[in-house]
Amino acid sequence: MGAEPRLVEVRKNVLKQNDLTARGLRQRFRAAGVFVVSLVSSPGTGKTMFLEKTLSLLGQNYRVAALVGDLATENDAIRLARSGAPVKQITTGTLCHLEAAMIENSLEEWDLNNLDFLFIENVGNLVCPSSYDLGENLRLVLISVTEGEDKPLKYPTIFNSADVAVVTKMDLASAVEFDWHSAYSNIQAVRPGMQVFKLSAKTGDGMQEYFDFLAARRDALRAAIAI
Amino acid sequence: MHELSIAMSIVEMAEEEIERQGCVQITAVHLKLGALSGVVKEALVASYEMACEGTPLAGSRLVVEDIPVIVFCPRCQAQRALSSIQLFCCAACGTPTPEIVQGKEIEVAALEIEEWAPNPV
Repeated sequence: MGAEPRLVEVRKNVLKQNDLTARGLRQRFRAAGVFVVSLVSSPGTGKTMFLEKTLSLLGQNYRVAALVGDLATENDAIRLARSGAPVKQITTGTLCHLEAAMIENSLEEWDLNNLDFLFIENVGNLVCPSSYDLGENLRLVLISVTEGEDKPLKYPTIFNSADVAVVTKMDLASAVEFDWHSAYSNIQAVRPGMQVFKLSAKTGDGMQEYFDFLAARRDALRAAIAI
Repeated sequence: MHELSIAMSIVEMAEEEIERQGCVQITAVHLKLGALSGVVKEALVASYEMACEGTPLAGSRLVVEDIPVIVFCPRCQAQRALSSIQLFCCAACGTPTPEIVQGKEIEVAALEIEEWAPNPV
């Protein structure tokens, strides 16, 4: 009886299947001309309120829709449906993040050609979503002034994987003695050059600047497709 | 905690390899894990043991190689190791840089395989 141990080289990306699905989604989004934004944040940051305002205000000029990931309830989807935009819930059960295949399955009944923007709200979690590409054009990380300025340093991986940061609940900034410059420099430390918006979804302050940014990014993508 | 689903994907990939290679026993899986992978090594190793249960991989080891983050410094025009993932700056000149060359890997690099020769009569 002779055991012959040997090392076989494999070199395979463990998330290859997700990455392939995400790539397929990105091509579909591109072909349909829809700009896709995914949102990541901690639980309780105010992601749903932020998205609700985004859908109702941006929805005045654009065709918008949302997919919402949640562990167990449909409360977020019900809240978001008040905006009048098409909203679909993805209940993840015990899974702490969305994966590209879940997005693909959720889009089955939707005609993407009828949309200008699609928002994907990930499960409230600043760890797990960072590894999974969802085919989005833009990943937005949301923090609120009540969470503390050092959030980017505690979760550098998700900040690094994001394309843009939004600091919300600015209406509470002075009450909680939020230090904007400290928060901003912490974001820049983990993701140099990242654009950061400060706003209040509740009062609407700063929202227009963020909408203008989204519109410009969408125009740039459409211009690139046209070429 | 997404380490269990990552561990299950690793086991699946190894099982596929067993089928491809024919009748073999995998004793260890070598994994490259980037510091920016979003995966916690200790949680992954613990999950791996669970994911292996009841599969041909039961009893195998997960050997994790930590892959540090390397960035490209636009000023030095060179690749530099990052001293901390909380500060994306060139370690030599201090220039901030978001350009990542390495450090996001979750990659099965190799498998340790044992092939059992038939017993001599």
